[in-house]
Amino acid sequence: MSVKTLTIDGKMMTGVEGDTVFTVAFHNQVQIPRLCHLGGIPDVGACRMCLVEVEGRSKLSASCMTTIEEGMVVRTDTETLREYRKLLMELLLAEGNHVCSVCVSNGNCELQALAAYLGVDHVRVPYRHPRREVDLSHERFGLDHNRCIACTRCVRTCDEVEGAHVWDMAGRGEKLHLVADLGEPWGDSENCTKCGKCVQVCPTGALFTKGSAVGEMEKDRSFLKYIVYGRERHQWVKKP
Amino acid sequence: MTMTSDELGERAEHELERQKTFRERLHCCTAAGCQSCGGDAVRASLKQQVKASGVEAQVEIVGTGCMGLCSKGPLVKRESDEALFLEVKPDDAQALIEASASPSLEARRVDPKTHPFFAGQLRIVLANAGTVDPERVESYLAAGGYSALAHALTTMKPGEVVAEVTKAGLRGRGGAGYPTGVKWQLVAKQLNETKYVVCNADEGDPGAFMDRSVLEGDPHRVLEGMAIAGYAVGANHGYIYVRGEYALAISRLQLAIKQAEKEGILGARVLDTSFRFQVELRIGAGAFVCGEETALLNSIEGKRGEPRPRPPYPPEKGLWEKPTLINNVETFANIAPIITRGSEWFSNIGTEKSKGTKVFAVAGKTMHSGLVEVPMGTPVRQIVTQMAGGIAGGGKVKAIQTGGPSGGCVPEHLLDVPVDYESLVAVGSMMGSGGLIVMDETTSMVEIARYFMEFCMDESCGKCVPCRAGTVQMHTLLQKFCDAEATEADLDLLKKLADLLRATSLCGLGQSAPNPVMTALRYFPHEFAACMKPTAKGASS
Ligand SMILES: Cc1cc2nc3c(=O)[nH]c(=O)nc-3n(C[C@H](O)[C@H](O)[C@H](O)COP(=O)(O)O)c2cc1C
Ligand code: SF4
Ligand code: SF4
Ligand code: SF4
Ligand code: FES
Ligand code: FES
Repeated sequence: MSVKTLTIDGKMMTGVEGDTVFTVAFHNQVQIPRLCHLGGIPDVGACRMCLVEVEGRSKLSASCMTTIEEGMVVRTDTETLREYRKLLMELLLAEGNHVCSVCVSNGNCELQALAAYLGVDHVRVPYRHPRREVDLSHERFGLDHNRCIACTRCVRTCDEVEGAHVWDMAGRGEKLHLVADLGEPWGDSENCTKCGKCVQVCPTGALFTKGSAVGEMEKDRSFLKYIVYGRERHQWVKKP
Repeated sequence: MTMTSDELGERAEHELERQKTFRERLHCCTAAGCQSCGGDAVRASLKQQVKASGVEAQVEIVGTGCMGLCSKGPLVKRESDEALFLEVKPDDAQALIEASASPSLEARRVDPKTHPFFAGQLRIVLANAGTVDPERVESYLAAGGYSALAHALTTMKPGEVVAEVTKAGLRGRGGAGYPTGVKWQLVAKQLNETKYVVCNADEGDPGAFMDRSVLEGDPHRVLEGMAIAGYAVGANHGYIYVRGEYALAISRLQLAIKQAEKEGILGARVLDTSFRFQVELRIGAGAFVCGEETALLNSIEGKRGEPRPRPPYPPEKGLWEKPTLINNVETFANIAPIITRGSEWFSNIGTEKSKGTKVFAVAGKTMHSGLVEVPMGTPVRQIVTQMAGGIAGGGKVKAIQTGGPSGGCVPEHLLDVPVDYESLVAVGSMMGSGGLIVMDETTSMVEIARYFMEFCMDESCGKCVPCRAGTVQMHTLLQKFCDAEATEADLDLLKKLADLLRATSLCGLGQSAPNPVMTALRYFPHEFAACMKPTAKGASS
């Protein structure tokens, strides 16, 4: 494996062939905004938060899916990118029903934290107020579709890490939604091993442990590191 | 039974001899357009009349593909003098077969050589449509079919085939216009044992039916193009991804594949050479996004039809991670003529950067609608005013739209723009796959913009945020314009969202969804201004 040197936000960094821009930046204390990316599971490039400018490319690149190249010059935090991320965040907030004050993840939510980081203090597009369901059929966990941002972290984790493949996305466009098995209530899923991994990786309060009160749902993803490292001998290290 | 290339020629001769034994051959369009207005009944009546008159040995009734002038269907062409009869009714059978005088039929006869709809057209892709029977491989052979494949297999090295396509200057007809030879080269240079050739026949643009016509009218041409491609890039397996709505195209393709396999044109030893090539059909479920190449690949693999991020591009990692060549139907239909007549012939047609012809499905408020095939460089105005005869009833053209939901409008004063990839992009539209919608003065451009945004909103796969949530918001804003409720802030937000979708969406659907709105805004800003609340109107520009 060859080592490659690149410049991210003016700093020289190195990574190994096959590393993504996101990972190299992350290991060098440059935190690129992200929602769908989670170290240890395959990437999909869905949320578009991690878009960066790469010199010589006319289009923006999703850093979680862009492998590094020798001599690459990347900018992760330009005025344009900040504007795009803000508007993307506003679209996400308007698309579902995010009422933080009554949410189990209030204070521990990646969506909320990123919105604050991006400086989203109001939403310019009208709220959609969709009517979405809450699935409380599972004995241990709950799924509140109102807070789901369709990042598919749960889908990928349940499939790739737990090996159960309970979750899938159904419908398209605005009607895209998460389904357990073939669209059954989660509690009826015969594939679910009740491991809770999907709950832990969910960036929002969409998946939660039953019985959590407002703000009580804290997620712990340390399991991913051990499982994935142990299984694949992946060079994947969690930095503080 | 495996046919050698020599036998191919004999079979063609034989069929030509057979055709010569008839005094007259009447070609009936059996493509979907004419079928939908009674074409089948006309054909049945003609066949019955042949029997009734006892002239089975003198007159042959041939079912063919689309002849182009679909709005005047059902069409019948008389081979002896190439006269074309419009709006044929079953009652016309006797007059047609016995060549007896019928004033009513005479009134509906046109001469394709002089009729404005056909004059100026150059038929390469559609050369066989209207003359070859798509359900009989012999008919295709008689028209020189599969001789390009035989020629390539017996006299050319794979690299020479790629070079020939590159030299011809052919570019992808699926929309983006990527140089076909360059794409072939990318796949050819991959070292994998397993490679695939995929034909994109998903044709999702509303109103477009160019690919459908080729598949219905000349399915063997597409198979031949794919087989040549397979030989050139080193692939032994092909897939055709057809949309499920195209029932007739699907059945014609199935039949064509079966015939080609039976004749040894497809299979373990193509035309008795060591080249192996098989083709399978995959039927799409009608999602527009499945026409996007990576979503299409996912769909063939049985996964959710949503795009994959590129790179890696399909020539490197495509179907089941193997190098894959994806081309559009019309692109493949151009291959056999290029091999047969040579790259030089092809590259002499068209403009500097856009070679050959392009098929357009002309629809909207024109006098004639249907399929036209024009050399690249033809002014759009010629298609609209001469071929399509301008606005029915004599109204004025306001604008045309090409590229469907990914394209844009071209206002009347720019209609002299030539049909080529770069020129159309320069005016804010794009070549697209060939939909051409003509709008007259009564059409609201705001409504058109809203319509296409609604289409994109409904067809967004939902994977990425800007397209999933952004098209919904843009549509809401455009609806406000249609309701004359919009404000200056709405206009500003509309532009911001348009920029966001263009810059951040994962695939072409989201990236190009703002195009119709942006061109409408560029050329018809006053129409948007007129749709703003009276208080806000003064502030707009
Ligand atoms: C949303 C979307 C829809 C598309 N639909 C089609 C289609 O229906 N048919 C097609 O040939 N190409 C379609 N394309 C283009 C394909 O992705 C691809 O570029 C094309 O099949 C390549 O073939 P070509 O090089 O021969 O043009 C679509 C692209 C996008 C982004
Ligand atoms: S609890 Fe475990 S098995 Fe059940 S859906 Fe979540 S990740 Fe899958
Ligand atoms: S439930 Fe959570 S992890 Fe799953 S898609 Fe929704 S937001 Fe993402
Ligand atoms: S741009 Fe639209 S269609 Fe394409 S991946 Fe994103 S959501 Fe799906
Ligand atoms: S984190 Fe890269 S696209 Fe979501
Ligand atoms: S369908 Fe018959 S002429 Fe087009």
